[in-house]
Amino acid sequence: MTTNVQSDVAYHARQHGRWHWSEFAYWIAVLAVGLAFPSRYLIMTEIVRLALFALSLDLILGYAGIVSLGHAAFFGVGAYCAGLLSAHGLIDEPLLALIVSGVAAMVLGFVTSFLVIRGADLTRLMVTLGIALLLEALAERFSNITGGTDGLQGIDIKPLLGLFEFDMFGRTGFFYALAVLFVLFLLARRIVHSPFGLSLRAIKNNPLRAAAIGIPVNRRLIAIYTVAAFYAGIAGALFTQTTALASLDVFAFDKSADLMLVLVIGGAGYLYGGLIGALVFRMLQEVFQTITPQYWMFWIGLVLVVIVLVGRQRIHAAALFVPNLILKQLAGRKAVVALSDNEAP
Amino acid sequence: MGGWQVYNRIAGFMLLGAVAAGVGSCPASAEDTFKIGLIVPMTGGQASTGKQIDNAIKLYMQQNGDTVAGKKIEVILKDDAALPDNTKRLAQELIVNDKVNVIAGFGVTPAAFAAAPLATQGKIPEVVMAAGTSIITEKSPYIVRTSFTLPQSSTIIGDWAAKNGIKKVATLTSDYAPGNDALASFKEHFTAGGGEIVEEVKVPLANPDFAPFLQRMKDAKPDAIFVFVPAGQGGNFMKQYAERGLDKSGIRVIGPGDVTDDDLLKDMGDAVLGAVTAHIYSAAHPSEKNKAFVAAYEKAYGSRPGFMAVGGYDGIHLIYEALKKDGGKPDGDSLLAAMKGLAWESPRGPISIDPETRDIIQNVYIRKVEKVNGQLYNVEFETFNAVKDPGKAKK
Repeated sequence: MTTNVQSDVAYHARQHGRWHWSEFAYWIAVLAVGLAFPSRYLIMTEIVRLALFALSLDLILGYAGIVSLGHAAFFGVGAYCAGLLSAHGLIDEPLLALIVSGVAAMVLGFVTSFLVIRGADLTRLMVTLGIALLLEALAERFSNITGGTDGLQGIDIKPLLGLFEFDMFGRTGFFYALAVLFVLFLLARRIVHSPFGLSLRAIKNNPLRAAAIGIPVNRRLIAIYTVAAFYAGIAGALFTQTTALASLDVFAFDKSADLMLVLVIGGAGYLYGGLIGALVFRMLQEVFQTITPQYWMFWIGLVLVVIVLVGRQRIHAAALFVPNLILKQLAGRKAVVALSDNEAP
Repeated sequence: MGGWQVYNRIAGFMLLGAVAAGVGSCPASAEDTFKIGLIVPMTGGQASTGKQIDNAIKLYMQQNGDTVAGKKIEVILKDDAALPDNTKRLAQELIVNDKVNVIAGFGVTPAAFAAAPLATQGKIPEVVMAAGTSIITEKSPYIVRTSFTLPQSSTIIGDWAAKNGIKKVATLTSDYAPGNDALASFKEHFTAGGGEIVEEVKVPLANPDFAPFLQRMKDAKPDAIFVFVPAGQGGNFMKQYAERGLDKSGIRVIGPGDVTDDDLLKDMGDAVLGAVTAHIYSAAHPSEKNKAFVAAYEKAYGSRPGFMAVGGYDGIHLIYEALKKDGGKPDGDSLLAAMKGLAWESPRGPISIDPETRDIIQNVYIRKVEKVNGQLYNVEFETFNAVKDPGKAKK
């Protein structure tokens, strides 16, 4: 009986973990879009960076249920670390600097995780917010190191692997960021489908029950928080390396708040949520900014209110109407998208 | 089944994404249009700068038509919220996708810096209409400035203060490049004239709560405080200055004119009366050109133009004149050559573009805040003619 249950669980876990054809299609489409719009590399790079950053928040919010309003802290540490490494010529290879910056953010994540696992949601909001504000104030105070409000001067990113120069059109930057996103996405996918990832879901659903069945709740939360900090640090380092800029804005509260919006739009608790949310959020911004440079914030706000009121499920249904028709023609009835009532899987 | 639904949802969003990415990426380039990419902060803390520049440019185009040397002028307005990474991306997209002939605007120094390498690579003039750090024009040979530099006004107020019985000064400046420029130039000239700095405070740019700093100022008992805060923060400063009672304890306000910006001066209250500043523009400048400009601006937008509006007004004039002078040739190098050395009568007085540094040469006026017809104005009482940027003259 027990072996039956176990093999059942393992079977379902494997089923979830398997690559679906639409995932292949997704990544091929992303690459195709990258090749199709060579004049839009910079904004696409921004979307990729935001997607990676959102992926990081999704790991702790969507999978482990840790709310955070200060995720920009790790983004900022990664950004400044990459900037300082380059400005002082400490590490010339961008890829190596990227990893070092990620690790720096990871160390901070590990240290602060002990504060974050204490207390419930509201406490966590306050603690994470506080840490980000603290770092922003520190960066401003030590403006001799960080460049303060003017930003860090003298960032000169050397060619990637000694071969690919970061060009004005952002071509190298885009494919570099995309490759990093893809690798880290694979890693995240592996993590959330592993027994470790499943135990996180159990903790999110009910920490007490999770503890009762023998899951070391705090250790798991510390681990995922640290991993998420690494991801955010990498996103920050990508920001610095692809724009050659680092200023106090990297710690800004808006950054953390925008990230929440991205997950609200895309949906937390599935890895593509952050990726899709980043795309939709940024495109909305771009379209409204083009139409009305002065009042675009009003329209963004309005759309967000509408999204929350109408509910993501219904919007998804509307958005999927045409693809559904196509799917119906191609694959018959069973491929049609039905709406799920809760956020799966 | 849950998994399948999610993945199908992903498939649907891919289609959406592909469509969305295509939006706005089809530039229409006509031979006879001349495009100006205007990048200014329209939202966030520096929004007043962007709005004034945008207003002034619209006004100029209404007055002077939108056709120059056979070309139709088209201004593409973009909001960068004063964040340099936005500026850089917008500038790049304007140059590559919209094929603009000039990029212009730049509300803050980091924004002007961020766009500089793009101007160089794209061989496109970058007309700086607001940012005032001295070193900006050295960041690219394609940068031309129509605003001002902080050393221009700060050195002059430094000399003036030393000569006019002010012995001890406390300084309060925003902690970023323009603030540091202002402080350094003032200090050099004021101490050379025998003055003494008794207290030096730098306030964070993003957190303009002046109250705790002002208390320290009051305790130091200086004859005057030298203030630089960026356009838009002057109102808040003067309010707290009055609340702390500094006006009553006889501590005067001096500085470059950003603190008594005409845009906000009307509502600053009587505490600001008597503040002496050195600056490049006052809405009360007694010339016909300026009277007409102020009247037209007030009629169109219901507010008084400040120096940011004039920077935008002169910036678009510079582009018009350069295009006329080079016979409608839209390429960057010939425009730049035409811009160098241009001289004209601006609402602020006579100005010209220094052919060597591409920076602006203009009169600096010493003004005192007084009531004229019941309204607060910076009334000019002393003029320094054709001041070059001292930041560069030094080298």
